[in-house]
Amino acid sequence: MKIKTAPKNKFVSTTNACKLCRPMGAAIAFRGVENAVPFLHGSQGCATYMRRYIISHFNEPIDIASSSLGEKNAVFGGGPNLKLGLDNVSAKYKPSLVGVATTCLTETIGDDAPGLIKEYFRERSDKTDLPELVNVSTPSYSGTHMEGFHGAVQSIVEQLADENVAPHDAINLLPGFVSPSDIRYLKEVMADFGRAATILPDISETLDGPALREYPLIPPGGTPLKQIHAMGGAKATIEFGPTLDPNKTTGTLLEQKHGVKNHLMGLPMGINETDAFFRVLELLTGKPTPERHQAERDRLVDAYVDGHKYVSGKRAVIYGEEDLVVGLTALLAEFGIHPVLCASGGNSGRLKEAIQAVTKDILPEQPLIREGHDFYEIAALTEELKPDLLVGHSKGYPMSRKLDIPIIRLGFPIHDRLGGQRLLHLGYRGAQQIFDLIANAMIQKKQDRSSVGYSYM
Amino acid sequence: MQTTILEQRAEQIHRKGDAPFSISCDKESLAGAVSQRACVFCGSRVVLYPIADALHLVHGPIGCAVYTWDIRGALSSGPELHRLSFSTDLQEKDVIFGGEEKLYKALVELIDRHQPKGAFVYSTCIVGLIGDDLEAVCRKVSKEKGIPVLPVQSEGFKGNKRAGYEAACKAMFRLVGKGDTSSISPHSINILGDFNLAGETWLIREYFERMGVEVVANITGDGRVNDIKRCHGAALNVVQCSGATMDLAKMMKDKYGTPVIRVSYFGIEDMSEALYEVARFFNDPKMLERTKNLIREELAVLTPRLEKYRGALKGKRAAIYVGGAFKAFSLVKAFRLLGMKVVMVGSQTGTKEDYEELEEITDDGTIIVDDSNPLELSAFLKEKDVDIFVGGVKERPIAYKLGVAFCDHNHERKEILAGYRGMLNFAKEVHASVTSPVWRFVPRRNK
Ligand code: SF4
Ligand code: SF4
Repeated sequence: MKIKTAPKNKFVSTTNACKLCRPMGAAIAFRGVENAVPFLHGSQGCATYMRRYIISHFNEPIDIASSSLGEKNAVFGGGPNLKLGLDNVSAKYKPSLVGVATTCLTETIGDDAPGLIKEYFRERSDKTDLPELVNVSTPSYSGTHMEGFHGAVQSIVEQLADENVAPHDAINLLPGFVSPSDIRYLKEVMADFGRAATILPDISETLDGPALREYPLIPPGGTPLKQIHAMGGAKATIEFGPTLDPNKTTGTLLEQKHGVKNHLMGLPMGINETDAFFRVLELLTGKPTPERHQAERDRLVDAYVDGHKYVSGKRAVIYGEEDLVVGLTALLAEFGIHPVLCASGGNSGRLKEAIQAVTKDILPEQPLIREGHDFYEIAALTEELKPDLLVGHSKGYPMSRKLDIPIIRLGFPIHDRLGGQRLLHLGYRGAQQIFDLIANAMIQKKQDRSSVGYSYM
Repeated sequence: MQTTILEQRAEQIHRKGDAPFSISCDKESLAGAVSQRACVFCGSRVVLYPIADALHLVHGPIGCAVYTWDIRGALSSGPELHRLSFSTDLQEKDVIFGGEEKLYKALVELIDRHQPKGAFVYSTCIVGLIGDDLEAVCRKVSKEKGIPVLPVQSEGFKGNKRAGYEAACKAMFRLVGKGDTSSISPHSINILGDFNLAGETWLIREYFERMGVEVVANITGDGRVNDIKRCHGAALNVVQCSGATMDLAKMMKDKYGTPVIRVSYFGIEDMSEALYEVARFFNDPKMLERTKNLIREELAVLTPRLEKYRGALKGKRAAIYVGGAFKAFSLVKAFRLLGMKVVMVGSQTGTKEDYEELEEITDDGTIIVDDSNPLELSAFLKEKDVDIFVGGVKERPIAYKLGVAFCDHNHERKEILAGYRGMLNFAKEVHASVTSPVWRFVPRRNK
């Protein structure tokens, strides 16, 4: 197919970005560590905006502290505010960890956060109850929220994982930015394999908690710090991230620095990719895939067969974070959908290759791959491509409405529906749910537009 | 619970009855506290946002723009340019070498593409640091494209939301006086400080038109550049809300002598008072008569319908935490009309006078608080055993986590809360949440 729309990135301006800013990803990652408080070193506004954005998806409180820099600090440096802020957060929240992420402001004025933190510890050396501190550099003028997320995870491991830990049997699992429901699923898989796992970060409870009697200072849950300290002694690491730079991932760091073998792979979405995940688990544990997961796989195959005709050859536009786009593309392609455009606001340079890797023996024709795109560009391409469905987060809704194309809401953020935190994307089970969603959307579209309104499929 | 209040915050909290009244506000947020406050940019952005035929370009890194994409439910009867999120998405090299060139190109590109009637260019924190000359770029583009291109000096760190309101007003003021006013009636007003959330400006406009008043410009709900240009032709500025557009009204008063009245459209009392005040200003007996009839008609419809909710809500305890204090006054009165008790009230940006007024209209024991945070708010909700909490998006999960009913009084609302019809919606929403059976299951009610 010939696409008229000009090559990528022809515009200077950005309209309706398909990415978020870097410290936000870091804040979410820090929220997945036990008894941790995310802390932005910058002005107040950024933290408030991010909290609002995150709350609208998870429907959970998220406290992000800020050093609240004012004009004076911007001129003379934010060090004093950072230290005061750390004191105040420590006094009020009694955290075990404070995750400090910088912002555009403090990066631009050149605050040396690692240096300031060292100084902080020196100055408060008489105190015994100081939290551990992790810092990550997150200027938004390079990279997106995903770089912020992965950067925070990497900083946590880099700064907290102890050296010379006695080898133990646990497996490190670095899932990337997936939903609380996804993390719960992964925990279940690990438990069914009978293997302890350090899942970092773990937002399964911290961003999807119960109603409570007391407002928690810090919501319970998250990856235990003790486990993080011991990650260097783990049996192996499994890391999801097909578009990460393989030489620079957190798993690689654990391999190079601590000798923990890393298995870098795609998100387990759909049968092929989930099979690959379970194969690694079989290898690492020496156990066969537990029966109930095998049964889930069998039922999924059966469901694919039952429903394949409704989705076969349908054309989809998939957008969002690069790793998720790769997973979704693998999943949709394997049950017969033709992705025609895979787009992201991210700019890893590896999206094309990753998509090829998961689709080359399935798809008759490769989809268009676009990195660094905003919704203005994605919508223009979509208008030309006339797909049958859109798959991605809720910010694609205006495009769906304008072009009258059904949208399947997955990923983050979901701001116009309930239950974003409960969406399951991973495993045979997640594939089952997404398959039903998509097949039913196609069936509904046909039914709604039928002149008779039939009542059997 | 006092442990949850940082010592330095104690002066920003007051309990009525613990006389004498004193509250400290207008402070910068405390480092390390999780303030519910936003930044200067946020203030400017929310005020100017509803101007629907203007281009709103955020000059800065991506976050500031993307978090404000389609952020308000401000409706437009025509163009919808305001619902798009434009950014220069500054990259590292722009931060090092300056962003003026990129800004210029982005402006030209977007103006050519969308043909707006004007453009607002928002400066964000790092623009303030890298020293881009926004003024010069805007002047140049304005000349080339023949439309007003206005810089908004809204660097986030230069204060709080209120400073942002002022920056927005300064930018708008540069439009005022540029349009033809010859056909404007002597009985004319501008509606300032209503943002047409869910169509509220339309409702208010309709009331004024039924009174025989011409509305020259809505600032900024369903706003248009050309209306603002000629708004100095109106006989009166009717300003809602404490902070957002008051500065514009002041500037117009100084330069054009336009008198100002402050009103609120929320709740029966305040809504009626607003209409009467305008009628009294024009001192026209016929208009006064029409106003009386209008209010009588509206109340005849509303009062019986409210009755059902009043019965069910009587004696319930309410807590309020909103952006501006003016909104808080109206909410206090509205709750009272429903027979409810207000046990806590606070705002992000109230002034000393605002808090004094709150102190006056509330009952003994009511907690009054400035620039609060989630921990404090949750402690107050528990202490006062609150039945419903009114606030914005950031307050919602605090209430829900504790199993407390909640009423969204935010910028995304889908139902009109202003005017007579709004009072009914408000009662309905409060009622729907407070009387829901789900609270039976929450831990708070299962002692
Ligand atoms: S300044 Fe940077 S960190 Fe703050 S909101 Fe904007 S993009 Fe995000
Ligand atoms: S504080 Fe500055 S950087 Fe952050 S959102 Fe506001 S303007 Fe943007």
